Amino acid sequence: MATLTIPVEEKKQTLEQEALITGAEAIAIACKLANVDVVTAYPIRPYDTVMQYISQLVADGEMDCEYIVAEGEHSQFEIVKHASVCGARVFCGSSGVGWMYAMEALTVTPALRIPLVAMVGNRALDDPGAFGVEHNDALAVRDLGWMLTWVDSAQEALDTALIAYRVAEDPRMLVPLAISCDGAFLTHSQALVKIPAAEQVKKFLPRYNRGDLLLHPDNVISVAPQVNEDWVMEIRRQNYGVTERACDVIREVYADFERTFGRKYGNPFFEEYMTEDAEVVLLGMGTMSTPVRVAIRKLREEGKKVGFVRLRWFRPFAGPELAKCLERFKAVGVIDRDFSFGSPNLSGVVATEVRSAMYTGSSTRPPVIGFIGGLGGREVTVPDVETMTDIVFQAAKGKAQPLTQWIGLRG
Amino acid sequence: MSTTFVDEKPTQNLEAFKGVKKVPYEEYYTSGHRTCQGCESAQIMKLMAKAAGPRTIVLGSTGCMYVANTSYYATPWGVPWMHTQLGSSGSAALGAAAGLRAQMRKGTMKDEPINVIAFCGDGGGADMGLGAISATMCHPDYNLLILMYDNESYANTDIQISGTSPYGVNTSFSTPGKVKRIMNHRWKKNMAPLMMVGHPTVKYVGTISTSYPLQAMNNVRKALSIGGPTFIHCLNPCPKGWDFDPVLSFELGELAVNTGIWPLYEVENGKLKLYGKTEQIASGRFKRLPVRDYLLKQGRFAHFIEEDIEYFQSKIDDMWNKWLVPGIIPLQKDIETE
Repeated sequence: MATLTIPVEEKKQTLEQEALITGAEAIAIACKLANVDVVTAYPIRPYDTVMQYISQLVADGEMDCEYIVAEGEHSQFEIVKHASVCGARVFCGSSGVGWMYAMEALTVTPALRIPLVAMVGNRALDDPGAFGVEHNDALAVRDLGWMLTWVDSAQEALDTALIAYRVAEDPRMLVPLAISCDGAFLTHSQALVKIPAAEQVKKFLPRYNRGDLLLHPDNVISVAPQVNEDWVMEIRRQNYGVTERACDVIREVYADFERTFGRKYGNPFFEEYMTEDAEVVLLGMGTMSTPVRVAIRKLREEGKKVGFVRLRWFRPFAGPELAKCLERFKAVGVIDRDFSFGSPNLSGVVATEVRSAMYTGSSTRPPVIGFIGGLGGREVTVPDVETMTDIVFQAAKGKAQPLTQWIGLRG
Repeated sequence: MSTTFVDEKPTQNLEAFKGVKKVPYEEYYTSGHRTCQGCESAQIMKLMAKAAGPRTIVLGSTGCMYVANTSYYATPWGVPWMHTQLGSSGSAALGAAAGLRAQMRKGTMKDEPINVIAFCGDGGGADMGLGAISATMCHPDYNLLILMYDNESYANTDIQISGTSPYGVNTSFSTPGKVKRIMNHRWKKNMAPLMMVGHPTVKYVGTISTSYPLQAMNNVRKALSIGGPTFIHCLNPCPKGWDFDPVLSFELGELAVNTGIWPLYEVENGKLKLYGKTEQIASGRFKRLPVRDYLLKQGRFAHFIEEDIEYFQSKIDDMWNKWLVPGIIPLQKDIETE
């Protein structure tokens, strides 16, 4: 009996594969599939494993790119910025204070309309040192024109990286996009991931075309000359225009992703879990979704109707849509894996944004209780979620609760 | 298994202009800039662009040659130009070169040698951008030139001392006062040797002066043709920052060389060559002029008293008499052995 064997390389081109890989590895594979031209690396835990994988892919001849190890994060982001202006598809990333070290470069990248896709392996900011996850690193660029998304599985990391290039390089957008992966919990945790065939990716992801913004001797332009008070407002308004269009473009790309690969993400901006009949919900970003889901299933057995909303996209922030979703419930608990010292109600960043969205987008305005937890890589545990749910139920019953509470804090 | 020691790409191989009459008429840095009268930094921009020609990308880090040079709707650049951050000239050149290279290899861009030049001022190059330039000098695979124009101060932000400002200079961050006459005790950073000695695979490092324009252009052409990352340090007299009449710009450039303060040389594949008056000084055919002739023409040294001038002169004398490579490498000639 004859057996049909397809060579491995050919399989990768035409057939979907499945592999046990980490979140960081998933993004490295996405970069390979996206045929990225220039990658810059600099070591900092925990994002740096993505660069280890890319380095190996290059050495094995599986990925063709300029792979440059920079001398610091500022250079890391500046190098890809200039490569992108010259027409190259680029990838870069960082974590924690490394991301902050690049802050100047991160500031100019959206202003220059660079569709850089970056991975942030979320990490607590110094001092004191901690390797674990905290979201303040990526959130630091929230006002600058970056698109920010949080994923909670290796599969979503891979898919979102492909989606990211489509969204960022869309001629209506041309702004950078950071994919946040919780340090350790996602960057270093393995899961079974479906790896799409290279040919399908090619169909989904057209070549990056910078059009008349390309820096090349055939297109003699001057990029970012000094404008002062004469024009800076008009140019900022153009970046604002991107944010006006962002939600529509993201919706389109997710729909096309679903058509091409058959994997469904539903509403791109947030994912709802057991919310249909819920009286109260918790809301958070990233891998805290795992313990929260476990806790919710347990609480449901006890008859407590609680659900979970996982926010995927923080920028753009789908404010009206989220407000309409959340006004269905009697109270909302927002779990922030970050802090915003001195903010209104001394809450975390996400709670502050959610309240702001609710103020204009919701007629009922249920109470929004802010929780700060899981900082520096501390786990958000099932008992933590039970505690938070109880507090939110109290608020739902009309019993006033402090607007910000630290959860899982040691005495 | 493929083994390549260095993955070189061909350059444009720009031949030297043989005499001023052979220099082409075409300008790639023209009207539109707003630099001061007598600005030698603008002069090197013009010479650099002319030397490089049309198949060039220029990346300019923040400084006079950004702020005063390139205004919206009035760009002077006839080649593609982009602003880059103050400390990013090294990363800018590396990024552009890498971007072009990847696309040319993959066939998504026409394969041709394109000059990549990033320029920076002394603040952007010798201070903030030093790390990035140093890193870039270690990437032999990419053809690029970093040109540092040096007007010895942050001249666009109100004249403040930089790492290349001369000893004792009066700037807005080092103004002489009632008690302290000298506020800047730092000696000028020795950038070209720093690049050459610290980065052994770099094939071309040199110094130039806008007072010798043909030579300056030919050195730029050489740096762009030799392959790999290269570095040029150019001294640019600045009427506003140095406080002199703009008619003296050219003369001060010459005086800096003739007093031995600014040696002219190039290092090509490890071989050091002095040129112009510097070569004559070194070979004893020209006697260095006293530094006084240079210093006292500039308001920034007007507070100097005799002993300051003598100290300055003694440092320059040491540079020529005691250094292992006179004017260039500041090691003592006597090498200690056990």
